[in-house]
Amino acid sequence: MSIEVRIPAPLRKVTNGADKVNVEAGNLAAVIEALNDAYPGIKDRLCDESGALRNFVNVYINGEDIRFLDGLDTLTKSGDEISIVPAVAGGY
Amino acid sequence: MPYIKCLYCRECGREYPVSPEHVCEFCFGPLEVGYDYEAIKKVISKDKIQNGPLSIWRYEDLLPVARDAGIDMGTGFTPLVKADNLGKILGLNNLYIKNDSTNPTFSFKDRVVSVATNKALEFGFDTLACASTGNLAGSVSAHGAKAKMDTKVFFPSDLEQGKILGAAIYGATLVAVDGTYDEVNRLCSELADNHKWAFVNVNMRPFYSEGSKTLGYEVAEQLGWRAPDRCIVPAASGSLFTKIWKGLNEFHDLGLLESVNTIMDLAQPEGCSPIVDAFDQDTYHVKPVRPDTIAKSLAIGNPADGFYALKTIAETKGNAVRVPEPEVAECMKLLAETEGIFTETAGGVVISALRSLAKRGIISTDEVVVAFVTGNGLKTLEVIEDAADPVFTDPDYKSFQAALDVWNKRNL
Repeated sequence: MSIEVRIPAPLRKVTNGADKVNVEAGNLAAVIEALNDAYPGIKDRLCDESGALRNFVNVYINGEDIRFLDGLDTLTKSGDEISIVPAVAGGY
Repeated sequence: MPYIKCLYCRECGREYPVSPEHVCEFCFGPLEVGYDYEAIKKVISKDKIQNGPLSIWRYEDLLPVARDAGIDMGTGFTPLVKADNLGKILGLNNLYIKNDSTNPTFSFKDRVVSVATNKALEFGFDTLACASTGNLAGSVSAHGAKAKMDTKVFFPSDLEQGKILGAAIYGATLVAVDGTYDEVNRLCSELADNHKWAFVNVNMRPFYSEGSKTLGYEVAEQLGWRAPDRCIVPAASGSLFTKIWKGLNEFHDLGLLESVNTIMDLAQPEGCSPIVDAFDQDTYHVKPVRPDTIAKSLAIGNPADGFYALKTIAETKGNAVRVPEPEVAECMKLLAETEGIFTETAGGVVISALRSLAKRGIISTDEVVVAFVTGNGLKTLEVIEDAADPVFTDPDYKSFQAALDVWNKRNL
């Protein structure tokens, strides 16, 4: 078992078209590092110079927005599903 | 005709070809439509606009798609009503209500959906879809029917009955999601990546959101080619708010308005006010909330355009107003009883914010103020169920007199 990360369309050029990537890591920051090891450059797309997630990137672990959890420090375990989703406007 | 040049990232400025994409691949910033303003300047004029159709398509030169690319439901050019009765109560001499509940599906959403539908047809899509807090579902369903497209609308399953039926009637496929709007939106975002569907508020968003600019254009034109001194606008994602401001500025840049010194005030209900929270904390970082408000059309806990809305407030020295939940229905009644305009909950939020700003002396007496009423009250009957208190009577003269006396004693 590992962690499944769902990759949104704008990032699939970096993942050679893969829409799901499996990694093993203990927290979200480590998940991003593991992604970057597999697909160099992906971290720059997701994080700004300070290492924080960019403004318009939303990340969910098992459906929960990580801003309701511990952000990049949120612990992850085998079997977790992570979604990376661009901010989407709607409503008013 | 449209003068669309490209899409560009609002954050890093990278340019993209005109296509059904909404996110910058490099920084995840939202894509915005780029226009050839030099070319527009040469053709646009007050006369040309005034001689155009009585709909949003009179501003076609400033939209990202042509009227002839698809359908025209007659959206827009809705009444701008001088609200003297309400103005008198609030001590305002120049109060106007922009009543956008008179659109084909009874909300401002027809503006954005008209643009998105025509663009979707131009791109060759045969399926129209959306994530909706209610009004959008009705609008997308109606436009999909008229455009003969397969239509799928996704919404939180706890939506008001009027909005569910208001979408169902057009024959769309309804998807009731057991979750919040933000969860519906996330689902749609992932679906849009893997299906060739035109999600109006996802992959069509750069084009869709441009439709809201027409509210700014119309108000300025209806005021006799002048910008209001103040706009009060309901906000969920913050998109409408920023686009009204954009519309006014485009008119100014094109020489159609002498000046734009409009103050932009944003209104959210207490049960979902992440943009107001950020404003109060003096930050541009909007922290998402879990919505719990009767104004369901404003129940977006994770506002994608919150950042830009806050910039607009700062730029215009505007205000962000948090409206107490009990005032939403109360102010729906206030507007109905004074101006004869029956608005949905979002309109109640705007009128409450207007009243609060007036009472606090933030609005001066002679300012030209426009409050934006964006949807019809028949959509949210649940929240005013206690409004009806009839005189119950038998069908004869005497009974009526007696019943009226009882009713008067109780109510006067």
